[in-house]
Order: sequence, then C-alpha cells, then structure tokens
Amino acid sequence: MGKVFRFHKDVDTDQIIASQYLLFPTIDEMKVHTFESLNSDFASQVKPGDFVVADENFGCGSSREQAPSVLKALGVKAVIAKSFARIFYRNSINIGMPVIVSKELYDVVKDGDEMELDLQEGVITVDGKTYSCTKLPAKMQEILDQGGLIASLNQ
Amino acid sequence: MGHTLIEKIIGNKVGHEVKPGDIVTVDVDWCMIDDIMVPFAVQKFEEMGFDKVANPDSVVLIYDHFLPATQVDDSRHFRAGDEFADKYGIKRVHRTDGICHQLMTEAGYVKPGDIAFGTDSHTVTYGCVGAFSTGIGYTEMAGILGTGQLWIKVPETIRVEIDGTLPGNVTSKDVILRIIGDLTASGATYQALEFGGSTVDAMSVASRMTMSNMSVEAGAKCGVFVPDEKTCDYCRIPYDDSVKALQPDGDATYTKVMRYRAEDFVPVCACPSLVDNIKPVSEIKGTKVNQVFLGSCTNGRLEDLRTAAAYMKGKHVAPFVKMIVTPASRKIYREALADGTLEILSDAGAIITTPGCGLCCGRGGGILSDDEVVVATNNRNFLGRMGTSKVQIYLASPATAAATAVAGYITEA
Repeated sequence: MGKVFRFHKDVDTDQIIASQYLLFPTIDEMKVHTFESLNSDFASQVKPGDFVVADENFGCGSSREQAPSVLKALGVKAVIAKSFARIFYRNSINIGMPVIVSKELYDVVKDGDEMELDLQEGVITVDGKTYSCTKLPAKMQEILDQGGLIASLNQ
Repeated sequence: MGHTLIEKIIGNKVGHEVKPGDIVTVDVDWCMIDDIMVPFAVQKFEEMGFDKVANPDSVVLIYDHFLPATQVDDSRHFRAGDEFADKYGIKRVHRTDGICHQLMTEAGYVKPGDIAFGTDSHTVTYGCVGAFSTGIGYTEMAGILGTGQLWIKVPETIRVEIDGTLPGNVTSKDVILRIIGDLTASGATYQALEFGGSTVDAMSVASRMTMSNMSVEAGAKCGVFVPDEKTCDYCRIPYDDSVKALQPDGDATYTKVMRYRAEDFVPVCACPSLVDNIKPVSEIKGTKVNQVFLGSCTNGRLEDLRTAAAYMKGKHVAPFVKMIVTPASRKIYREALADGTLEILSDAGAIITTPGCGLCCGRGGGILSDDEVVVATNNRNFLGRMGTSKVQIYLASPATAAATAVAGYITEA
C-alpha cells in the first residue's frame, strides 16, 4: 500500500525539479527540492512505496533525466498518469521507474488515498475497487524488468 | 502505400521501408551533449563499463547553459566535459561559441537526412534542415556513446500546411505559437510534425528553425521541413538527388492535416504560465513589463536581431524596462556587429550579452522577482523558469518584443 500524491495536467519538468538545482552533483542533493513550486512539503511527506498520480501530459518540457530520478530517489513506486510526455516516459523506463498510463485513475482518487499496484497484472486497487492499466511495449518492459538501461546493457 | 517525410528519413537510414509504430535500431549520425548534462552522461557511460566511445567524431560537446559561469559549481561541468573529450578522443568541443541547437547546423554538422540525438529537449531544432533529431536523457545518451546506436519507434505524422503571405508584423514565431495553441501542449505527443505549403517554402531556414525548435512544446518527437535549395545553401552541400528524395509522398498517411491561411495569422503571445495559453497581442495590449529578453535557440538569430533593430532604430527602450539581447552564437554576434545591428540595439538602450542560453533557462543575468513581467522570445514560460514562480513570462516574436521594449507595455510592432 502507498499513498497518492495527485497532480494536475501538463506538470512540466521544471516543476518536478527546477533548473537551478540541476548543478547539484548528486540526485540525493536535488531530491529535497522535488515539486518545490507546486507542493513544498512533497519531499518531506512522500514515503517509499507512495505514488504520483497525474492528469494528462505528465513530465512535459525539458529532457532532464533528473526529473524521474528524483522521484525514484524519494521512493516513489510508480507514476500513474492519463498520458506522459515522451522524453520523461523513456527516461523513466531507462532508470527503472515504472510509468503507467491509466485514463481513469486520476479522476477517481484524492490526495492521500491509499492504493495498491500490481505491475505484473496491470491492476490498481483503491478503496476496494480495481482498475486496469496499460502495459508497456515489450521492448520497454524488458528494460524495466532488468532494472533500467544500465543493467540491460550490462547483460 | 506512401510515406511521410519522417518515415522517408528513418527508412533511408535503416535501408528498408518503415511505418508508424515500427521499432527500429538506428546508427546515430550525431550526439549532442550540453554542459548541464555532461557530468551525468559521463558518469552513466562509466557505470555501463564501456572503455571507448563508439564513434568519437559523431559526438559534439557544447557549453552554453552555464556560460559564462555564474555559480562556483558551474565550472565542474566544463571540467567534466574537457576530461571526457581528452580521454576518449572527442575533438568537437564548443566551449564559448554559442547555443548547442544553433551550432549543430551552423557549424556544419547536421545535414538533411541525418539522425541526431541530444541531451536537451530542443534537439528537435534540426528538423529545420530535414533531419530527424530529438531529445533524450543522459543514461540513453551514455548508451549511444558506447554503442553508436539507439532504438526508436517510428512516429505517426501530423501535417501542417500553411499557404499565402504572412502579414508584415507576423513572424514564424507567431505561426508556431498559434499552432501549439491549437494542438495544445500534448496534442502532438509521440508524433512528428511535418510543415509544408507556400508560406513555409518562402521562409528562411532561420525562420523554420524557430518552428522546429518549438514543436516539442506541443509534445512532438520532431518537427520537420522538406530540405530545399535554401537548406542546402545553409548546410553548404549540393542540392542533389539524395536531398530531393527527402520529401513526403502524395499518398502519405497522416493522423491529421491542419490547414492555415497565412493572412489569418496575427501577432500572439503565450501567456503565463503555459506555452499553449495563446492570446492575440491585441487582447493583452497594455500589460506593463519590467524586462524584455531577445535571444535563445528559438529567436536569437541574425534575422531576429535585425527585425528588432529595424523597429528600434532611432527609438529608445522605455526608461523602466531592461532589454537584454543575447545572440545565439558567436557567428551571429559578429555578423550583427559588422552590419550595425548591435549598434542600433545598443543605441536604443539594450544590454547586449555574450552568446549562450542566457536568461532562457533562468541562469544568465536578468533573473526576475515576484510579480515582475517579462516578454521573452524563447520557447518556455514555465513557472519559475526565469526567477521566482510568481514571475509572469509572456513568449512573443522578436518584432513584438522590440515594440514592447520601446512602449514599456505589451504591444505589436
């Protein structure tokens, strides 16, 4: 079980991690500033296993891989959105963080809801109800299963 | 079945016909790594255990976002790039020449039909010469450095057709902003934009660059133009059969065709704080501004500076406005210096800065504070991009920026 942090549509990568923090040498130094302009308490409140749930076009804007990386470093188990911007989507898979398309979840959850995700089955459970989510293309699932692109290339 | 331009470009590279949805592995002609991402790409390259760069001559390192350095940690990025270049025999390193997306075509690298990837989302810019180029993350870039290849999904295409003559105070910036407004910020996600029509044919390569550059703001994977004689002049290559083959078939399949009459375009702004929040300048006219920024890989080229200078000659920036002009490259800086453009802008009260990304990414001089208003010619007005999250950023054309700087409030030229 993890807690839901809910975000609106068109959340851009500057909002996930602003450019002034990109010069920090490590993701761990950056991660405390995650979503700073939208919810300054996010980084202190999110716990490993929690979820980010968003409307359309999550992660639009820059190609910064630091955006999915700070979420992963904070322990976010998966981002579930109605749709994703393509670079964010690809980066997430490459660093081994699940990104899941669900057209209905955003509209039925509230901030703070408890939810469960079964990645293998593609099933989300919130408040006793289940929702199916889209599975990844085979090529991407393979990279994700291996733990990201580095692990995949090292195979 | 016919093919769109992007299907032709990718098909030529892989040596067989491709259709949207196909996943193919391509040999990469060009890898661009900018200063922000250099240390991270190097770290991932090492974690992957590679002992050499597959094709060092395809790699271009460009320092632009942090140049000249404004914070003590910035030079760490330059050092990481220099050490990596030395160790792996990378000769193409631009340390002070300008913005990456300007240099990748201007310096003679990316040509029609090439495939290029960069660690910055505006890598889509090279679609202006009929290349396939798009942004990727640094882990993926590290993979290309080691293998020379990347897998891609062939995108579907949206065709944008514009015919006729644009009004005098309308530039290609107004055109692409309007298209993004119509598509929305996610309307072209995963897809290619293909621009065509008599208006586009009449545009300079510089004007097309502005449109390719901003195609990512509608979520597009790339934004491509058919290469023509102007493209070949710019790239310093012959307009031969291999270039002429790079055009869509008459029976190509598009997910959507958007048609515009050039005469219907008006000067517009992307209003705070979304790139698809487009309004005609006439609707927001009178909004008082604190600063105007003319520059970036979107609109920092010679024709952009000349457009501003033509309007500002003999006029002066409003007393309470700071106008910052940042040429996109050293070449542009020198050309604008030689032809008197910079002198006109300086006489008008503008601050001329060194070439680079400057204020666009919120790193150069010109950071703003709560409730201040800036009209800028770059590509993003995201919350907090040029200072605090309460700064109001309006994106506009160079013509609108110049007129606004003189008036002190938003207005068309």
